[in-house]
Amino acid sequence: MKLQRVLTLTKKELKKTFREPAVLFMIFLFPVLLVFAFGVSFGGLGKTQPIYATGVVNNDQENMANYTQLFIEALSNTKILSIQVYSDDQTAQSDLSQGKIQAIIVIPSTFSQSLTSYHLAPEDPSRWINATISLYVDKGSIVATQAIPSLVQQVLNAFVDQTQRQTLTPINMQIASLIETEQLSAFEYMAPGMFTFASIFIIMIVAQAFTQDRENGMMKRIRTTPITPTEFMTSQVLSYMLIALIQAILVFTTVYLIGFKPKIDLIVYVLAFMLVLIFSLSNVGFGLITATIAKTSSAATGLSFLFVLPQLFLGTFVGASLSSTVQIVDKFVPSYYVTNALTSLFLREATITSPTILLDFVIVSISCIAILVIGIILYAKYYKI
Amino acid sequence: MNEISILMDNIVKRFEDVIAVDGVSLQVKEGELFGLLGPNGAGKTTTVNILCGLIKPTSGNAMVGGYDVQKENTKVKELIGVCPQETAIYPYLTGAENVELFGNLYTLDKNTLRVRQKMLFEKMGLTQDAKRRVEKYSGGMKRRLSLIMALIHDPQIIFLDEPTIGMDPQSRRAVWDFMVELKKESKTIFLTTHYMEEAEALCDRVGIIDRGKLIALDSPKELISKNNVRNLEEIFIKLTGRRIREEI
Repeated sequence: MKLQRVLTLTKKELKKTFREPAVLFMIFLFPVLLVFAFGVSFGGLGKTQPIYATGVVNNDQENMANYTQLFIEALSNTKILSIQVYSDDQTAQSDLSQGKIQAIIVIPSTFSQSLTSYHLAPEDPSRWINATISLYVDKGSIVATQAIPSLVQQVLNAFVDQTQRQTLTPINMQIASLIETEQLSAFEYMAPGMFTFASIFIIMIVAQAFTQDRENGMMKRIRTTPITPTEFMTSQVLSYMLIALIQAILVFTTVYLIGFKPKIDLIVYVLAFMLVLIFSLSNVGFGLITATIAKTSSAATGLSFLFVLPQLFLGTFVGASLSSTVQIVDKFVPSYYVTNALTSLFLREATITSPTILLDFVIVSISCIAILVIGIILYAKYYKI
Repeated sequence: MNEISILMDNIVKRFEDVIAVDGVSLQVKEGELFGLLGPNGAGKTTTVNILCGLIKPTSGNAMVGGYDVQKENTKVKELIGVCPQETAIYPYLTGAENVELFGNLYTLDKNTLRVRQKMLFEKMGLTQDAKRRVEKYSGGMKRRLSLIMALIHDPQIIFLDEPTIGMDPQSRRAVWDFMVELKKESKTIFLTTHYMEEAEALCDRVGIIDRGKLIALDSPKELISKNNVRNLEEIFIKLTGRRIREEI
């Protein structure tokens, strides 16, 4: 492989990106504009009620009058909370940081005692044994932070005393992670998705570039030179990875200036950028598939949305708790795993060695490389490189 | 001078039910300026595409520079320079950047690239416009730039597919003069054109192709003499009953 050939074509692609106003707009400006549009227009998608996976850590071993079990059943009966009981707090916290559950309810050791004391003297607060339920909410989900605390509070109120409607009860709820999450704006919840979706528009640019070069005879002309198909494809992949890197830097700088400043280590940033770069491979692959199907560059623009929209809608707003149907479908788009990993890293403060990050990384790597290879094979089958 | 540079042996190319090239056999010697003449759709570009290895012939063999076009395509590509019929240039790059790109694809070193680039831009009268983006160029300037891109690596065998189509007389004259210079440097030139006066003025030998078949092959003088006509245009009318440029 001759590096001189690869680099000259890479340079050419970068010049194209910065010199053609339409490409420049689509790659760098449009994603930013779309962020604002989404921020304004994004509402509850789908009519299905979202279900929040909620962990319960039961520290009350007395189980007097079986209050704990009844409380857990009451939580389950909401149909909105999918309850999973944990034997220890550490495992539950680990699952929360990896996005496997959206909240943890920690039942204190004095829970049953407190309720018993209350029922023995419901009119005399001085005889109550007070207890506090701790609630940890997924900091990466704006909907979870808004919906779960009020829901749990309602269940608790109803459970303590359904008939007397007293506002005073011996059991209080302390929302542990809400103290921090209150500082996050809606914009910050969207930030991980923004890193992902800026790169998605590479699909359209790749599809247009390949069809345009076919239309104006450049592809044919390049093929009369000694450049090999490997050199050519390497130059294309390299240039679009560089474009994705520039996009990620621009998007990060923008969101940083607006106020998104996650307290994470440098290594986490490195991993985040690596994820975006690997993700760009799938977009080059989808772009090549589009260029294979489309006969003209204008057709390529339209057809590219077949890949752009699912990647965009299903994969860039993981924290938005979409409908349950979408929550199943979105597992089939690579962008979901990128946004999920970035949300875990930036908002849930998961470590880079946590199982969910590693799993997302592996899925993103395998799926993106597979899509790129499929794109190259399909394109090379119908149009010579 | 007597080495065979280009050889076509009974080349046939079918596109579904259309025969674009129908059993064409010819040889072009080293240092020869050969012209393939014919109307639009006669099979000229398909012939060039086969010789450059862009498309596979349905049957027959082609050799360029002593290499089998299909089996030793990379070797062939290192020897040839191709100026396609369409002005295939990147409009968002400057003239100089387009030429540098092609120089780099042929892995020229920086110094050679700079020297060749300067010489070719001067010869084609584009020095003043080298740093301008191609989207600002006129049609004639684009075609001259396309020629520079094909020649930047100083190829031994040059394929020029309708290089002067749509050019103004001044640009056409510049290209003609340049082709004469290339011939003096013993370059083998395979030129396709439907301008009979161009072929008559420049080519050592011409082949006339119509509907994929080679219907005449000799030097312009010999063809005119044998057919007892005044020019190549009249030969085409005599052989086919049609004018070569009647559709234009």
